[in-house]
Amino acid sequence: MKIEYNFAFFDEGSKREIRRVTLKAVAIPGYQVPFASREMPIARGWGTGGLQLTLSLVGKDDILKVIDQGSDESVNAVNIKKLIAITTGVSVSEETAEATIIQSRHRIPEIPLREGQILVLQVPLPEPLRYYEPSEYETKKLHAEREYSGAWLMLFEQIMNYGTMSTGADHPVMVQGRYVMAPSPIPRFDNPKLNRSQALILFGAGREKKVYAVPPYTRVESLDFEDYPFRVESFQDKCCRLCGAKGVFMDEILDDLTGKTSYQCNDSSYCLQELNGK
Amino acid sequence: MEDFEQPVLSVSNITKHYGKGCVNCRGSQVEHLLKNYCPVCGTVYACQDITFEVYAGEILGIVGESGSGKSTLMECLYFDQEVSSGEAYINSYKSGTANVFAESSQQKRYIRNHMMGKVYQNPLMSLKMNFSSIGNIAEKLIAAGNRHVGMMEARGKELLEHVNIPVYRMKEAPKNFSGGMQQRVQIAKALSNNPPLLLLDEVTTGLDLSVQASVLDLIKTIQRELKITVLIVSHDLGVIRMLADRTMVMLDGKIIEHGLTDQILEDPQQSYTQQLVQSLL
Repeated sequence: MKIEYNFAFFDEGSKREIRRVTLKAVAIPGYQVPFASREMPIARGWGTGGLQLTLSLVGKDDILKVIDQGSDESVNAVNIKKLIAITTGVSVSEETAEATIIQSRHRIPEIPLREGQILVLQVPLPEPLRYYEPSEYETKKLHAEREYSGAWLMLFEQIMNYGTMSTGADHPVMVQGRYVMAPSPIPRFDNPKLNRSQALILFGAGREKKVYAVPPYTRVESLDFEDYPFRVESFQDKCCRLCGAKGVFMDEILDDLTGKTSYQCNDSSYCLQELNGK
Repeated sequence: MEDFEQPVLSVSNITKHYGKGCVNCRGSQVEHLLKNYCPVCGTVYACQDITFEVYAGEILGIVGESGSGKSTLMECLYFDQEVSSGEAYINSYKSGTANVFAESSQQKRYIRNHMMGKVYQNPLMSLKMNFSSIGNIAEKLIAAGNRHVGMMEARGKELLEHVNIPVYRMKEAPKNFSGGMQQRVQIAKALSNNPPLLLLDEVTTGLDLSVQASVLDLIKTIQRELKITVLIVSHDLGVIRMLADRTMVMLDGKIIEHGLTDQILEDPQQSYTQQLVQSLL
């Protein structure tokens, strides 16, 4: 039996409602807008927030790219891509520059995004103050009053314990000088790409039922201290073992047999493009 | 002398009630209350028409039995609760011309972070038990706009030494500390931005006598050194005798007696105060 789905899986009313929420998020950069997160054919925590945003925005002429921690070919990325392609018929691509909608888990592509593109990031925990204040009621008040000492306090604790800000991912950012935002678990390396990005960046948290956004050309600053400035992960003197690229975010690969460590581009599409260019 | 002319804190007609009130208890009808409780509508008047002033470098004690409204008054002054009516002026905020209760919640937070410190009876109200002790002190400094880790660390260490907590334990969370130590971390936190006004709510309750004595000594020493203004709430007249210059006695949400501490303790005028003093002796 072949099931006939509506275009992009959702009914038109649902898509319209999610788009309205998205518009509000774009209007108030960094503000978490609650939304009626739908049941999806994938489990909560597997990208339902991002998927709902993508499905509500995708049009017949769009070109879709889905990545999961830099990879176009992981099970999660392939499944999401298949679901969207089957229910919409849109074409998919692995090339960042070609895509109009890019859904991503935990990475911003290496190739700079351009105007007209939309990057949809999947978010597990949208609340940057959650570890400081467990109550949603209280964090809402803190955001309303722009009281973000808790976000800095968490970084202060890291410095006291480890001598440096040790956030491996999800380093909090200040959006347009107003809202502190969790940039989703992207590595610190990707935080500067949020600042004044030409593309629209949307964040969807399906399980937590929140949507927020960084519109194009918005000021995004990573939180830091005067004597402990924000620093990205350093891959100085390292190059990709496949394409030889430098200055990109790399995975560290440890060979069990030889005990040797090598590095490889985390963004598989970028790596492929570099290889093809040679 | 100039400092003594303008009060650090001036409070007038603070009322805090829980419940909507009715024709029996509203406005001029408050005389119909049963203690501080309206028998018709069940509204509780925790504070009624409280007016006082406190001057620079002074310690004002507030005593009364449990449920007399002392802590509610402190909570209102620290913006933990909204007052039902009344006004308060702090001379370091807009030169004492603005009623702080009428300010926005953001401004109230600003006043709290820059001009006040509070030590609660229960350390859970003020401390983040899972964060380090120095982190707890830094929280108040960060809230006041400090963004220099080195400076905050140095200030935290200085304050911890001041309250007799070994600096090598600064990275430990207060949940690992005894009640007395938690109270001292609270005091360090409250003092971190040199607030002109310090509110102390039953700081010695639940502590053993030796710890009580050390906490009181500490408060007295800090107050003398830093010349800060202190409001201290206690139901223990011994604490008030030791610390307070002036004392207010509260009963059923009202101030029933107000004067120099020696005068209140040696020559109480109201029958309730007489009972209170006799029970001490």
